[in-house]
Amino acid sequence: MTHEMLQQYWWFIMSVLGALLVFMLFVQGGQSMIASTEREKRPLLINSLGRKWELTYTTLVTFGGAFFASFPLFYSTSFGGAYWLWIFILFSFVIQAIAYEYRTKHGNVYGTRFYDTLLRINGFVGPVLLGVAVAGMFFGADFTVEKANILNVNAATISRWGPLHGLEAIASWRCLLFGFMVYFLARTLASLYFINNIDDEVVQRSQHNFLIINSAIFVVLFLGTCAVILTSPGVDIDADGSAMWKPYKYLDNYLQMWLALGALAFGVVMVLTGIVKTLLNKKFKGGIWWAGIGTVLVVMSLFWVLGYNHTAYYPSLIDVDSSLTIANSSSSEFTLRVMSYVSLLVPFVLGYIAWVWWKMDRTKLTQGEIDQAGDDEIY
Amino acid sequence: MSDLLMTVVDWSRAQFALTACYHWLFVPLTLGLGIIIGVMETIYYRTRDEKWLATTKFWMTIFGVNFAIGVATGIILEFEFGTNWSNYSWFVGDIFGAPLAIEGILAFFMESTFIAVMFFGWKKVSPGFHLASTWLTALGAAISALWILVANAWMQHPTGVTFNPETMRNEMTDFWAVAFSPMAMAKVFHTVTSCWALGGAFVAGVCGWMLLKKRNRDHCMRSLKVGGWVGLVGIVLTSISGDTSAVAVAKHQPMKLAAMEGLYKGEPGQPIVAMGVLNPAKEVGNDEEPYLFDISIPHGLAFLATHDFNAFVPGIEDIIAGKSMDADGKPINTVSYEQRIAHGKAAQSALKQYNAALQTSDSSRLQEYKQVIDDNFQYLGYAYLDEPEEAVPNVPLTFYTFHVMVTIGGYLVVFFLVVLLLLYKPKWVPGRNKLAKLGYWLAIITIPLTYLCSMCGWAVAEVGRQPWTIQDLMPNKVAISDLSAGYVQTTFWIFAVVFTALLIADVSIICKQIAKKSKTDLNVLETK
Repeated sequence: MTHEMLQQYWWFIMSVLGALLVFMLFVQGGQSMIASTEREKRPLLINSLGRKWELTYTTLVTFGGAFFASFPLFYSTSFGGAYWLWIFILFSFVIQAIAYEYRTKHGNVYGTRFYDTLLRINGFVGPVLLGVAVAGMFFGADFTVEKANILNVNAATISRWGPLHGLEAIASWRCLLFGFMVYFLARTLASLYFINNIDDEVVQRSQHNFLIINSAIFVVLFLGTCAVILTSPGVDIDADGSAMWKPYKYLDNYLQMWLALGALAFGVVMVLTGIVKTLLNKKFKGGIWWAGIGTVLVVMSLFWVLGYNHTAYYPSLIDVDSSLTIANSSSSEFTLRVMSYVSLLVPFVLGYIAWVWWKMDRTKLTQGEIDQAGDDEIY
Repeated sequence: MSDLLMTVVDWSRAQFALTACYHWLFVPLTLGLGIIIGVMETIYYRTRDEKWLATTKFWMTIFGVNFAIGVATGIILEFEFGTNWSNYSWFVGDIFGAPLAIEGILAFFMESTFIAVMFFGWKKVSPGFHLASTWLTALGAAISALWILVANAWMQHPTGVTFNPETMRNEMTDFWAVAFSPMAMAKVFHTVTSCWALGGAFVAGVCGWMLLKKRNRDHCMRSLKVGGWVGLVGIVLTSISGDTSAVAVAKHQPMKLAAMEGLYKGEPGQPIVAMGVLNPAKEVGNDEEPYLFDISIPHGLAFLATHDFNAFVPGIEDIIAGKSMDADGKPINTVSYEQRIAHGKAAQSALKQYNAALQTSDSSRLQEYKQVIDDNFQYLGYAYLDEPEEAVPNVPLTFYTFHVMVTIGGYLVVFFLVVLLLLYKPKWVPGRNKLAKLGYWLAIITIPLTYLCSMCGWAVAEVGRQPWTIQDLMPNKVAISDLSAGYVQTTFWIFAVVFTALLIADVSIICKQIAKKSKTDLNVLETK
């Protein structure tokens, strides 16, 4: 494979990891709904999510690590630049990690309600701000990149950002629209997951009600986000490598890449099918798989229109030539090739995750299991 | 470099050190207990003796509490490379990112998938599947340590790369040289096996407390047998790999070795300071004695560094003046630090010219500048130093942490031998009953001592490398992000408060869990 093909391949891998991360955000969506659930049923929800939280966490860490490895200029530009945005995201995941483990433990110092509040914070902040961060890749950010700066003893930083360092993205309505769309998607997926994973009549009933509200809001926000993205300009890279803003770039990309358009359309249909089938048939439990696979397809298609077809996946609003493309921000050919061999393990990893998931979840979680579990076997 | 920029460097370093220290409080116990629990469950699996299952579950509870906070502090570390060290991320992303990504794909998913089975799968999967899950969780943690330590070792000894002046970064040319460099292998074995020792010491200390309280003697005997052996094997392997590490440091980071020993002027057959107090008035270039007091072992450092009792080991002032040792341990003159700065500036200047020539595509000029860059690149980092003394790490901190680490490490060898002797041949120990209480207290005190030893090990490795982020190529002040000092200061305090609050909760839960469970009969399974 040539360097260019390896760059395309690794953008595809990033799209897979990004899509899986968005799917796994159902854990955060579920956390955001715990307080709205009947008090006596909350342990069921928390224990159902608690057996999956680490997978979301690991997907986020791997997504970050893979970005560092394959597109290090993005890592150095976005993380060092949008400092506050990423710090808030990380902070919300730090408090999540200990909340599950500590919430019911004897001697946890701050009490169960404190840890449940941490779960709620992560449930809201995580999806919204991750959505804001991804939205910045569509709509651009205030940064410049000058590699020769590294030779300047007094101001050596290559990537420089505006003074707000990510706060401006949190205040952007377009980014927030994207963020809240992700948040309501996460809540929708969470309801579908609970319906699949918990065998309890009260939970089933309340989650069907949640599903109606969350999915309706999600569909409206999704349509709004699509409209904004498809009418937004993007940065196009011409044959001699010059970057320039082009109206309707993302719409053009969809129209020129039938596979991306197909994935978007098929994904949307699958998500809607999962939701509608669950709402119409109370005995149908497989909505999470329909909507989950649909979500993965839609997010992958968004990554494809973001990075493929001579597009800058991270436009600079103040210096278009600084915009990041998969060509100018990637690792060397050698490194991408080495990592491509490692990436052959990804299907194997996904395989054992699916196998373990099936083994652990083939018996649905019940109130009886919670009541009979030892102290160390429940959250 | 302006004062303001220096402040950003300081806060960025402080934040990273804070996060790494907190992370390193929890990870060693995860790695150590992972092995211990694996062995215990294996014994249960083979014997189907439920006492072993009860003992396994007891330690698993502690493992779970500790694991969560290790994960929480770990995510910050990974992303801080980008948030606070953005130049570094670009300069070495081509090398450093690969181990990090492999860590995620191979290790983190293994840990996060199978730990759920470990805690919630007792009634959902077969005993064999559960045992495999426990070992896979421990293996995942070990693989995770392997890749992050490979990345760290590369920062200590950059190898398997070439510098690309067009992209202004290092690019990997030999993956195996990066993954299996002697520095990396020594570091991996030294660190991972030291965690086994810490796990063993933790088990011994907790059992010491229970025995002091006269609770669950049988459970303690079972735990000590596994913990004692894992601890002993761990500390012996740590000592052996420590020797390999010292040889690698002597070869690739002689300045660090000199700082570890507080050695300013070396000599053939250099003694090693077994115990000493540094003279605070001693600075590079003055005539003060380096120690106020010292007890030295003749030829010790020469042997430690080269396995040759008569070898010359250069001190800090020797290294600055360009003195080194050859392959036979004889003193030779090499490149002084003044010359290194000059070479670095030549590389820097040629890079600027190369960058300008790129715009005009002048191939003959490009070739000429590239040659200058290649000839001088190994000293590029020195171009950012104002004077040679800037390349000297904090000598007192490196010296004392090294000596505390070695002293406690030596104590741990004796400690585990005594524990196993008391378990298997108690009659060989006269007066054991009268001294029992003292022994239990000693075991309890060994827990903080082992943590101190582990922390000191990290301090030696990281402080001794200063001022370099990447040895000889990139000093800290060039590696940072374009942030204000106030921003980083704010996040430093946020993390300091949050991590401290979490540490308090973590310690409290672990203590309460131990106290609560020690009052139950740990020879039978808890039922509800």
